[in-house]
Amino acid sequence: MILKPGKKDLKAIGYYLGKIIIGLSLTMVVPILAGLAVKEISPVLDFLISMQAGLLTGVILIKLCNTDCELNWMQGMIVVSLAWIAAMILGAIPMYLSGHWGSYLDACFDAMSGFTTTGLTLVQRLDHMSLTHNLWRHLTLFIGGQGIVIIALSFFIKGASGAFKLYVGEARDEKIMPNVINTSRFIWMVSIVYLIIGTLALSLIGIVGGMKPFSAIFHGACIFMAAFDTGGFSLQSQSIFYYRSFALEIATVIIMILGALNFRLHYHIWAGNRKEMAKNIETVTFFLSIIIVFSIVAIGLSQSGVYPKAVMLFRKGFFQLISSHTGTGFQTIYSMQFINEWNNLALVGIILAMGLGGAVCSTTGAIKMLRVGIIFKAFIEDIKRIILPEKVIVIQKFHHIKEVFLEDKQVRSALLITLAYLILYLIGAYVGMFYGYPFLKSLFESTSALANTGLSCGITSSSMPVMLKATYIMQMWAGRLEFMSVFTLIGFFVAALKGK
Amino acid sequence: MRFFSIKWLLLLVCFTGLLCPSFAAGPLSSAELINRANEYDGRMVTYKGEAIAEVMRRGDFAWVNLHDGDNAIGIWAPLALINEIVYTGSYKARGDIIEVSGIFHRACPEHVGDLDIHASSLRKIESGRLIPEAIKPIRLKQALILLGVLLLIWISTLFSRK
Repeated sequence: MILKPGKKDLKAIGYYLGKIIIGLSLTMVVPILAGLAVKEISPVLDFLISMQAGLLTGVILIKLCNTDCELNWMQGMIVVSLAWIAAMILGAIPMYLSGHWGSYLDACFDAMSGFTTTGLTLVQRLDHMSLTHNLWRHLTLFIGGQGIVIIALSFFIKGASGAFKLYVGEARDEKIMPNVINTSRFIWMVSIVYLIIGTLALSLIGIVGGMKPFSAIFHGACIFMAAFDTGGFSLQSQSIFYYRSFALEIATVIIMILGALNFRLHYHIWAGNRKEMAKNIETVTFFLSIIIVFSIVAIGLSQSGVYPKAVMLFRKGFFQLISSHTGTGFQTIYSMQFINEWNNLALVGIILAMGLGGAVCSTTGAIKMLRVGIIFKAFIEDIKRIILPEKVIVIQKFHHIKEVFLEDKQVRSALLITLAYLILYLIGAYVGMFYGYPFLKSLFESTSALANTGLSCGITSSSMPVMLKATYIMQMWAGRLEFMSVFTLIGFFVAALKGK
Repeated sequence: MRFFSIKWLLLLVCFTGLLCPSFAAGPLSSAELINRANEYDGRMVTYKGEAIAEVMRRGDFAWVNLHDGDNAIGIWAPLALINEIVYTGSYKARGDIIEVSGIFHRACPEHVGDLDIHASSLRKIESGRLIPEAIKPIRLKQALILLGVLLLIWISTLFSRK
């Protein structure tokens, strides 16, 4: 029997959602201050309106749903999935008011793309966008990358038990510290320290590359946010290609890889346990996967003869590969070059890299390396069981911070999520094909959206069909939350309609 | 009679097109250059677009990106050529419209595989300008109304606490 959600459930959901909306609204103070500093008054008004609308909604929700009860699992999951939709609606308001998006749906597309650190964009006249709005686009990556709920966890939500449920709902089931609130604060601290170091490095490269100091610092900060949070938005319409700098590409590759590593691994490296890097199943799988997939891309590119020299092939192929494998979506080639110049094998390599993704408890999307590693270990275990005598007890272990015995429960969970990703990659591709795009192109874009990558081979544009925009928004959302919260939300609506 | 006149008009247009070589020699669009990169690789091309963001000086040369409405293409030009560029496109300015002639590279050997144009001549077609910021009065009103509502709620909260 399905139980109909009660008033108590609705109140708890509304109350915590209100708090998260207030937290999100307050982040708009950053672009407002930046706008005032550079005297961009019209964009400042856009953000004032949006922030006030958000605060108003949040306050009303808290007043209407005032409660002191802690969240249960179901409520926590629903709060998280609704929080991301609320973030999209709220984050899209200043974007739409800027006039750089063709419709409110287009602005919602970009807001969801930003918060989910995807990087696909429908923006128009990007090269003429205000600094204030550009900062907001990149801030959405930073906020979404650290986790929308983490903001609320860090500053607004007191109860540790309710906080943990929200934290897990946001597809981060690993605690770095004993307490999730401290974990959230650690994630913020790591991100801010890296932000300062990364911005300095990128700014220096920019200044040496002929940019003005202020511009170099602003571009440096934005590139860092987009790379570390594996988001992939850029300040110029040509993405990283605009800068024409090999040094900047190398720095960006390093930052993208750092962003794709598990925050828990960062903690151990910071604590001086550098051996963990070489032993951890995720990093080992990640670097092996990079080697294998890059080989596929390199063979494809050399077959097509698109880059006559090896150094060209490495520069273009490796950058696009790291950008796709880490789920960032930066490009140093034009979208159309993927289709016009790269052959199918190289494209399949990029799709594979996008589909696999980075580490769990990082800002990347997709299947993720821990699951790939676990499935591989389970496969090895099964082969051993077949080969070895029946009396031999086969035990498979893997190293992830500590030595872990491989259990069926872990394998089942990894396989289920992997299967869900594979099915949704294909569903997105079929929707693309329904609108007349070829299979490989559709699969490329669908994988990019669901894996929160942001590379485009040319389908994503403001002129694409509305249904396709909606499909990609859904994919970005579901992919970022790794389905559980989304499935719970669907279940909640079913229970509300059919429950007793 | 009407059909007859349209037919003659079309013939005249086609004939003029065949006689006039400037039809083929006109500036190419970024879409044409990117989509038919193999065809234009290593050839002299003319391209026109708005100078965007900033001119990045590298020794005796500089990079300037020209946006034609669809895409921006990077132009590698000697410093002497880019002196003409005063305004570059941003939120606060409309950039100079520049026409450039030079060698197009699908995968430039000098710039490790970049798609670019090495300029041999550069001409300013139209001067850019600063764009004065337009503040919409309706936005100001909306912001003030929302602020008023928020203040009212805050005051009511203070009273309800008492």
